[in-house]
Amino acid sequence: MAKTPAAKPAVKKEAAKAKKSPATPISVPAKVAGPKKVHVHYLTRVEGHGNIVVDVEADGRVSTCRWEVPEAPRFFEAMLIGRDYKDVHHIVSRICGICAIGHQLASLQATEDALNINVSEQTHILRRLALHAENLQSHLLHIAYLVLPDLMGVDSILPLATTHKDAVLKFIAARRVSNEFSRLICGRTTHPQRMTPGGFTMFPTTEQLETLRGMLTDALSNLDFAVDFFSGIMDKFPKFERPTEYIGLVSPSEYAMYWGEIGSSTDERRPVRQYRNITREYMIPTSTAKWTKNQGESYMVGALARFNLNAEHLLPKAAAAAKKLGLKKGCTNPYLITIAQLVECVHTVEDSLQLTDELLARGIRDEAPAKASIAAGRGAGAVEVPRGILFHAYEYDEHGRIFQADCVIPTNQNHGNIQKDLDALVPLLSGLSEKEMELRLSMLVRAYDPCISCSTHFIDARGLDDQKPSMVQFNYKK
Amino acid sequence: MAKPKIAFFDFAGCEGDQLQIANLEERLLDILGHVEVVSFREVVTGHSDDYDVAFVEGSITRPEDEIRLKEIRKNAKVLVALGACAAIGGINCLKNFMAENVYREEVYGGSARWFPTYAARPLKSVVKVDAEVPGCPIDPVEFARITKELLQGRAPWIPDFPVCVECKQAGNVCRYEMGKMCLGIITRAGCKAACVTEGAHCWGCRGLVPGANLDAARIVMDRAGSDRKATQDLLRFFLGDTGAAL
Ligand code: SF4
Ligand code: SF4
Repeated sequence: MAKTPAAKPAVKKEAAKAKKSPATPISVPAKVAGPKKVHVHYLTRVEGHGNIVVDVEADGRVSTCRWEVPEAPRFFEAMLIGRDYKDVHHIVSRICGICAIGHQLASLQATEDALNINVSEQTHILRRLALHAENLQSHLLHIAYLVLPDLMGVDSILPLATTHKDAVLKFIAARRVSNEFSRLICGRTTHPQRMTPGGFTMFPTTEQLETLRGMLTDALSNLDFAVDFFSGIMDKFPKFERPTEYIGLVSPSEYAMYWGEIGSSTDERRPVRQYRNITREYMIPTSTAKWTKNQGESYMVGALARFNLNAEHLLPKAAAAAKKLGLKKGCTNPYLITIAQLVECVHTVEDSLQLTDELLARGIRDEAPAKASIAAGRGAGAVEVPRGILFHAYEYDEHGRIFQADCVIPTNQNHGNIQKDLDALVPLLSGLSEKEMELRLSMLVRAYDPCISCSTHFIDARGLDDQKPSMVQFNYKK
Repeated sequence: MAKPKIAFFDFAGCEGDQLQIANLEERLLDILGHVEVVSFREVVTGHSDDYDVAFVEGSITRPEDEIRLKEIRKNAKVLVALGACAAIGGINCLKNFMAENVYREEVYGGSARWFPTYAARPLKSVVKVDAEVPGCPIDPVEFARITKELLQGRAPWIPDFPVCVECKQAGNVCRYEMGKMCLGIITRAGCKAACVTEGAHCWGCRGLVPGANLDAARIVMDRAGSDRKATQDLLRFFLGDTGAAL
């Protein structure tokens, strides 16, 4: 990381200071009022940080934008080596606090595939619910706390709590439901304790499921409101089209989230075990994260990719929401990922209601987890988490301990695509003010939802422009 | 009176702890009414910004992290470790039991040498830490209480007895009765034995309870029939940076 271009700011005066801590990216605000400051900016993403570096030529023309990921590597795949199959999903849960459930599910699928564990129908239903709860929670955080303030031209959700009280309260209420939802199914919203290879260690009661039913019904009406609200501000999303390859789970029978085959908008379908043929990972020196590509130079995963692959399988209310919002299959505007997320929120709640009804009709049973047959083997799992398709693949030894592990996370799959979008944006930036550029660029990156920067946004309510956390840094060439 | 300034920073971690804070929803708005959040993941170097309370999440895993953490320490009146990664090193310390070249090659292959890191460690091995919010993840209610106490200028209290106490209060059957392993016997309480109550066992995420008797704990685990490897697995889960891990 010490060698990232960001560590060498083009403005000479700052070079001395930059040398003191060559390891951190330095951003130099162009017009600094008062004493000169060197800001170190971070955009927090799924499990780390990212920066956009903009090079501006002497004549004011923007020559390049680079997406850099200098996050501290944590070496999870190595940390798993030698670990017992019962611990693995609890360890990988800690890769990401927001997608903890998704990591656990992909991990359990891979372990169960490798060790021939067959789980019950009830387990599948509960796990589907767990996945829905987390996706809903994350999407709502992103839509309301991160993107909405950008669209409304404010720093955070706090000012909106006065100007758009009704909408904000409805979003908060829906999010509270999503938190309670995952608590009821998994025990805790982050790093939940109940899921285990073969099943669950604890179950919601019938009364809890009935409560959940009521909460989900309320959430549906709050989401209706959100859809109406957003359909009124669609003109605030930047117009920008860049077709790319869209990759996600696909299934003949449903809007695939929990399982399926790997689908692509330009390539053939593949079983999950062949994920490496699609994710082709590579490294670049400015990023501690691994990048991926398939058919083209880059591909997109996440809500818009899923929508583009599976829109015809949306449940009726979600399909109606898409129509109202004007989102159509084949959409190539990455800024509209957020809108695809909103449509998915509706779908998620609709499907969760059906699943809850199914559980109530079957009657919830206190079942022991299915047994593993311990023998050396390999397995792979894939689920759709908020930011896209997530793969885990393991090889176990004859004692049920990990011999080798591989995890491919969605944000890493999107890095290449974010860079290609930035490349395409460059010619459109010249002539814009620094402020406009910054908004355009950071909105693009945020659309991909590189994670909990949402809470940055939520908490930072100072409204002081020069101190506002920013992910964009400008290098001015002399 | 000026509102106290608080700041948030993170190092190697999953940000699950900051998510717990965001999940406080309305209660968070309440806290925010009493403080000024001056910095959230943003360090202003070469400029003495000061905060009354700095919350820091994640472990220290690189030389450059130390520089940044010391900068934060300089600017903060009170520095609080947020979550297991920051307070005790937590899950990140799993890699400390492997040779660096092994974990490096495993994840990055031939490009490994691009990104130097060292053994993961808690904040307190680099700077003085004034208080901690334990857990993986933290308990949002405990966070709110500790923050309140700090803002009132008091030293926050965290339980100094083991998880077993709360486990009994919760009415759970002891995992050892069920022939299973559990670290509740040496782990700091305060979570209401959350994992045992949800049907699992304690992994020790809140760190060692003061005065934990590790020798006795090993005897208990041996007697319960845990083989050496299983005991080691459990003790390394979150406690890799403590004397408990072998
Ligand atoms: S302590 Fe746990 S929840 Fe907190 S950052 Fe570390 S892994 Fe995440
Ligand atoms: S029971 Fe143990 S592992 Fe679970 S939250 Fe409490 S201290 Fe952490």
